Amino acid sequence: MSKRPTVAEHLARQGVSRRAFLKFCAATASMMALPPGMAPAIAEALGQRRRPAVIWLSFQECTGCTESLTRSHSPTIESLIFDVISLDYHHTLQAAAGDAAEHHRERVQEEFAGEYLLIVDGSIPIADGGVYSTIAGMTNLQMLEESAKGAAAIVAVGSCAAFGGIPKANPNPTGAVSVADIIKDKPIINVSGCPPIPVVITGVLAHYLTFGTIPELDKLGRPTAFYGETIHDRCYRRPFYDQGKFAKSFDDAGARNGWCLYELGCKGPTTYNACATTKWNEGTSWPVESGHGCLGCSEPDFWDAGSFYKAVSMPISDLGKLGLAAAAAGAVAGVAVGLHNRHVKAGAKAAHKPLTADELEGDKS
Amino acid sequence: MTDMELLNWARGPALEWATIIFVVGVLVRFLEMSLLGRKPDLSEARASAAGGGWRTVWRRSIPAPGLVKQAPVVIYAGYAFHIGLLIALLFFAPHILLFKDVFGLSWPALPFFVVDAATVIAIVALLVLLVHRLVNPVRRFLSSWVDYLVWAVTFLPLLTGYLAYHRMILPYTEMLAYHMLSVALLLVVFPFTKLMHTFTIFVSRWYNGAVSGRKGVQL
Amino acid sequence: MSALNMERGVKAMMEQIDAPIASYFNSCVHCGLCADACLFYTETGDPKYTPIHKVEPLRRVWKQEYTFWGKLMSTLGLSRRVTDADLDAWQELVYDSCTMCGRCSAVCPVGNDIAYMVRKVREGFAVSGHATEGLAEAAIRTVNIGSPMGIKAETLKKMVASEAKASGIEIELDKPGVEYLLMLSSAEIMQFHEFIGAVAKVMDHAGATWTISTEAFEATNTGIQIGSSDIARQLVQRVVDVAEKLGVKTVISPECGHAYIAIRWDGPNLIGRPYGFQVKHIVEVLDEFRAQGRLHFDDSKEDMKLTFHDPCQMVRRGGVVEQPRRLLDLCADNFTEMPDSGVWNWCCGGGGGVSTNERAEPLRLKVFSRKKSQLDSIGVKAMVTTCSNCRNMLEEGLEEYGMDMEVLSLTELLAEHLDDSKASKGAEA
Ligand code: SF4
Ligand code: SF4
Ligand code: SF4
Ligand code: SF4
Repeated sequence: MSKRPTVAEHLARQGVSRRAFLKFCAATASMMALPPGMAPAIAEALGQRRRPAVIWLSFQECTGCTESLTRSHSPTIESLIFDVISLDYHHTLQAAAGDAAEHHRERVQEEFAGEYLLIVDGSIPIADGGVYSTIAGMTNLQMLEESAKGAAAIVAVGSCAAFGGIPKANPNPTGAVSVADIIKDKPIINVSGCPPIPVVITGVLAHYLTFGTIPELDKLGRPTAFYGETIHDRCYRRPFYDQGKFAKSFDDAGARNGWCLYELGCKGPTTYNACATTKWNEGTSWPVESGHGCLGCSEPDFWDAGSFYKAVSMPISDLGKLGLAAAAAGAVAGVAVGLHNRHVKAGAKAAHKPLTADELEGDKS
Repeated sequence: MTDMELLNWARGPALEWATIIFVVGVLVRFLEMSLLGRKPDLSEARASAAGGGWRTVWRRSIPAPGLVKQAPVVIYAGYAFHIGLLIALLFFAPHILLFKDVFGLSWPALPFFVVDAATVIAIVALLVLLVHRLVNPVRRFLSSWVDYLVWAVTFLPLLTGYLAYHRMILPYTEMLAYHMLSVALLLVVFPFTKLMHTFTIFVSRWYNGAVSGRKGVQL
Repeated sequence: MSALNMERGVKAMMEQIDAPIASYFNSCVHCGLCADACLFYTETGDPKYTPIHKVEPLRRVWKQEYTFWGKLMSTLGLSRRVTDADLDAWQELVYDSCTMCGRCSAVCPVGNDIAYMVRKVREGFAVSGHATEGLAEAAIRTVNIGSPMGIKAETLKKMVASEAKASGIEIELDKPGVEYLLMLSSAEIMQFHEFIGAVAKVMDHAGATWTISTEAFEATNTGIQIGSSDIARQLVQRVVDVAEKLGVKTVISPECGHAYIAIRWDGPNLIGRPYGFQVKHIVEVLDEFRAQGRLHFDDSKEDMKLTFHDPCQMVRRGGVVEQPRRLLDLCADNFTEMPDSGVWNWCCGGGGGVSTNERAEPLRLKVFSRKKSQLDSIGVKAMVTTCSNCRNMLEEGLEEYGMDMEVLSLTELLAEHLDDSKASKGAEA
């Protein structure tokens, strides 16, 4: 069926040195928490593979995920991945447009049925028949269902595809849902994040390409290699948390000393992601390091978890105001009940017949 | 439902409803009680009733002479539980943030290891009190299912809080959600049970102490 | 059909339930500490004697009538109303096993005044025909004859005359314009009549003017004990009428704890107005004489090792704590405090109408074991007290336990040691 070149052949043709490739494999191994000795084995396995067909569908999204993956300063291992796969369809990146592009997608789906990898970014609007997002006259829902049929596996890239993300935030006017909400019969890997960390995307792809298997996933379908621990578990500011040293504002002494950002709303404790270890921008820094709390972007409904600047232990709603309203209602109800009680008591008093000695006498007989 | 959805629900609607039930419930219970009123005392006072009232409000926190020997478990475990609970509730940094958010008031937190120890003490004390309730003839005799329900809804926030903080048994997010839900449960149960003593204890002590105070009895 | 019925009982409880009671029921945490304070539990080990359990019928009425939930439940038919059978079952707990000593009220960590509630729940028992027979009869006698023991004015006059003769001091009955009106408990007329002579001596010694009324001489108030404000009010009113008619400045409650709180603390609330006179326990009056330097003692201080039994109603419920100690100091050399003395004292076992209740006798004597162990720990020869009911109960208890000990009246002891030569007769106008 597939007459595509192997990865090794393709890389050689692209002029990528064996050394660069090995380096990529070593980085991938370390990211996937495999022993470094695995790198040659990965290189071996990967090299022998035919470049797999990949269809990338973008639905209700902001292109942030693609940006995250492609906007690197210099050619990096992240860009290398594109040399490994054959990205057959991707709105933003493909040269083809219109009918041609769509026909190509259909052709790949037919030709590589059961083999191709489907990558999705963006959520799928299903309200009102899915009219809120269409491509070439097809609703996202239709396109996803059609493309998913022949896919070997699906990678939901970004929190929108994985969990519905920002489009699903209250009040969710488009009825946005995640890929897993629609596709029930294919293996799905959720690579959440808004956007996900580029090396995490490539790491997951590399794993799939290398081993041809789905990595170990958590309850939410995320690879445990990257989402096994919370930001807070790995945060370098954690010692301050444990000592109870918190920045109280973004420019106080605590903030300058690099104290914990919990009180400023950091969602690190409830957020599973690899930012604290892989960092961003080729390991330059990451949000907490740059002085801002984690927003919890790799978790479902992170947009509905109240203000980004409210600590995890705080209620989402304004309970103070609510409590005052409830107190007003309670006071009115309480006074009503209390007055009723007084009325009942007055009734008992009015019915009082003084006890007499004669009555006590009479009772004895 | 994902852990995060559960947590959001706990931090959102669950706490909202619990707050409404708690506030309305406590106020109704309080007013239905207070508005029953009390007749003025016409006897000639020997000393100040209010003085006795305030005195008893704080004095009753000290066990009566001989009582420690007579009911050591209740006294020691009772103290340990209440003190542990108060420290955990009021001096855990994340809790203070919550109070600040709701009441606009904040105060310095205690170090986590102190709060942690207090929580363990409160948990152990509650377990001791439960066993005592089950085996001691008087406590067993006095207890109905409501007493055990109240025990459970008091125990759960402590337990889930401890487990969440130490990332034990369940993922933090899930445990934190259960912790908040258990607090919501506590708030809902509160107005309908003896948990009301949290507030009415001051009223009861005051009334009792005022009667004694008026008579010049120093209790 | 009896005029006393359950409906009246429930209504009476509803009348009695006030904010404090509601707060007490709201506050109870079922810690059981009140049991550890109550001698009926400590000496029997039976959990049913837990104080707060004794007022369970009152709690049920409160819950059904005055709480939102209770009301809802009873409207839906989900809760059972308090029945005759319930009160029958509780009668023993409410009347036999509670002396209203208030020890429970003093220890309850949430501050519940359980003795107050026992007093109130008895209102419901009394008007629904669930008071004990002994108390009912005593109440009938007090209302109809004037004293729970059925003592008539004639008897009083005889006893007073004989005491006047014995002490050599004239006692004028029904004398208007005097400073003090002395009340007496039945026991002080029948058994402990030396008390009358002792008071005569002290009054004479201090130069105070006083009298006893033949119209209203009974100090004890069975209305309070049976739990009927109606009867209690009638009895208080008799005293008030006489005191105001005679124009006395002070009414003296004799050596009787319950009599004291009935006339001192409950009285004005029963008749609905403050008095035009003061009420003092005899010990308070004696202590005032002491303070004014009107008492003079001979050199023969009592050197027998003795202790003082605090009557609950005088100390914990009455506020007279230091006076007897100051007085004892003047006339006794070898005084030892009992453990748990003063406001923490343990009841003799016969207060609150228990002594009037024949059925309760075995229980009362059983729980006397507490007093016994208190006494055993200090090894005294005599016990002084200021309540004739306590005195009776203590004597019976001592006899039951084969203990050889004298029980003395403080007033009598004091009178014995007065130095007549230094009497301040007429010193004060
Ligand atoms: S900054 Fe955030 S992630 Fe880091 S320790 Fe503090 S709370 Fe945890
Ligand atoms: S630190 Fe938190 S919010 Fe920021 S990118 Fe990482 S997971 Fe997302
Ligand atoms: S001591 Fe007070 S709180 Fe405890 S059971 Fe007795 S009445 Fe209730
Ligand atoms: S008042 Fe005294 S006798 Fe009555 S229940 Fe309380 S402790 Fe027991």
